[in-house]
Amino acid sequence: MRLSGWIGASLLLGLLVFALLGDRMGSHRFDEQRIEHSLQGPSTEYWLGTDALGRDQWARVAAGAKISLLIAVGSTFFSLLIGLGLGGISGYLGGRTDRWLMRFVDLVYSLPDVLVIILLIEVLHAGLGDVPDLYRRQLALVLALGGVGWVSIARLVRGLVLQAREEAWVEAAHALGMRNRRLLLRHIFPNISGPILVTFTFRIPAAILTESIVSFIGLGIQPPFASWGVLASDGFAAMRSYPHLVLYPSLAISITLLAFHLLGDALRDLLDPRVRGIGTRV
Amino acid sequence: MILFFFKRLLQGIPVLFMVATMTFVLLRFLPGGPFDREKTLPPEILRNIEARYHLDESVPEQFIRYLSGVLRGDFGPSYKYTGRDVSDILTDSFPISLQLGSLALMIASFGGVAIGLTAAVRHGSVLDRGLMLLSVAGMSVPSFVLGALLVLSFGLSLGWLPAALWEGPSYAVLPALTLAALPMAYIAQLTRSSVLEVMHLDYVRTARAKGLSERAVRWRHVLRNALLAVVTYLGPLVAVLLTGSFVVEQIFAIPGMGRFFVTAVTNRDYPLVLGATLVYACLIILANIVVDILYAFLDPRIRLDGAR
Repeated sequence: MRLSGWIGASLLLGLLVFALLGDRMGSHRFDEQRIEHSLQGPSTEYWLGTDALGRDQWARVAAGAKISLLIAVGSTFFSLLIGLGLGGISGYLGGRTDRWLMRFVDLVYSLPDVLVIILLIEVLHAGLGDVPDLYRRQLALVLALGGVGWVSIARLVRGLVLQAREEAWVEAAHALGMRNRRLLLRHIFPNISGPILVTFTFRIPAAILTESIVSFIGLGIQPPFASWGVLASDGFAAMRSYPHLVLYPSLAISITLLAFHLLGDALRDLLDPRVRGIGTRV
Repeated sequence: MILFFFKRLLQGIPVLFMVATMTFVLLRFLPGGPFDREKTLPPEILRNIEARYHLDESVPEQFIRYLSGVLRGDFGPSYKYTGRDVSDILTDSFPISLQLGSLALMIASFGGVAIGLTAAVRHGSVLDRGLMLLSVAGMSVPSFVLGALLVLSFGLSLGWLPAALWEGPSYAVLPALTLAALPMAYIAQLTRSSVLEVMHLDYVRTARAKGLSERAVRWRHVLRNALLAVVTYLGPLVAVLLTGSFVVEQIFAIPGMGRFFVTAVTNRDYPLVLGATLVYACLIILANIVVDILYAFLDPRIRLDGAR
């Protein structure tokens, strides 16, 4: 792998440590309010300053890292699961199944992403009932972002499976009497795992961006918890007077996105030159 | 080609129908209703309002009423903006999003292709690395942060361009740039990688071997083929950009239609959501047809009747 890939990977490792330990590194927890210390700039006590309620911004960015990364990775996993399932079945079985599944994919494609995400979040959040609000929001976000992201993955997987199906070893496996499911799961999927891994790496930063937009809309994680998107859009409201409030969460988002892009580019060169990366549609 | 165009348009009709059905059904799963207020209305008044908007009918009845209205060009009344029709609201706001979106689309596609081509031609140079770093940076900033930065720098500190509102051509510059940044960065990368891919193909070598100038090879053979990948990406992008973006319209206080995908849902203004969604779906269908025609234009191996 290229050097830039290793740089991306080590940045991500650093972020992981930050997400797990950052909240406990300073002298204040993320939800500790000291109103008399509100809206301070960075200092030795508050490394990244404080917000309007006097909460330590460093701890909040760190706690936000945990939430944002969890949502991004979770939703990408979810969309990968659906995309692999539908795309795999569609490409492998072909014929009428393929036509109907692809028609469904086209249909979802003609709905605006923002609309589907908002609808899903509201419906899921209300439908999840008794779970504590943080988990409810997180789960709703994971399912909603994943519920939009699977479409392009399904198309990609279908194309890859269609290609793999033509190869001689698939025919050989058929001739030996191998069952469809086993052939798809144990042989075809591992064979196309390279481009899928690359797509996975590119979808995570896209999910982080989408999450930040959902937070800007006001449907993100609710206080006292906050994701990077929530922190950045809260800071956005006061950015002329207190630029540090929007600067650090945005910086965290940008560094993470950069790291994923560096890693993704390197992985693509290493594993599969055909896939050209997948962007957001929001 | 005209036959192809109309055939595809006809195929779009069932898609529109399904889009309307799905959105209609999804909207009814939302908790709360359009006339929930902080102070609850007396039941008899609520009943009157609901009768006025036919919300007392069963959902299938409402759906049929809605569809027959749409067929007559009537998208129903808005629940939130009392006294205004959805068609009214959309004819006011859609042209604004359309203008802004087309500007952003032009910036993104021409800028992106130019950057990608320059980077590919100077493959491996400092310029290439610099441009690619710039495009990764363009993909790494949330749009509202980018918009805010542009407002603060060009709008307020330097005072070169208006920071908000929609009152003339100069008002479109900053929002269009905000809107275009992400797709431009993406198109730049896409163009670069597909130009690099195409440049090593046999037919390019043939073109060089038969003595074409480097310029003719680049423009007529390499770029034309490399653009296929960009055109694929442009299809859905057209609909996204032309129907407006909530974030950009919010930051720059632009009265476009992008915000309705968000506010109309939170207001439970069902007809407005449906109207906006149908406009979006129409654009997607149209854009996909144009993409297919462009394909055939760019790549002589592809024909519109579906034979390859």
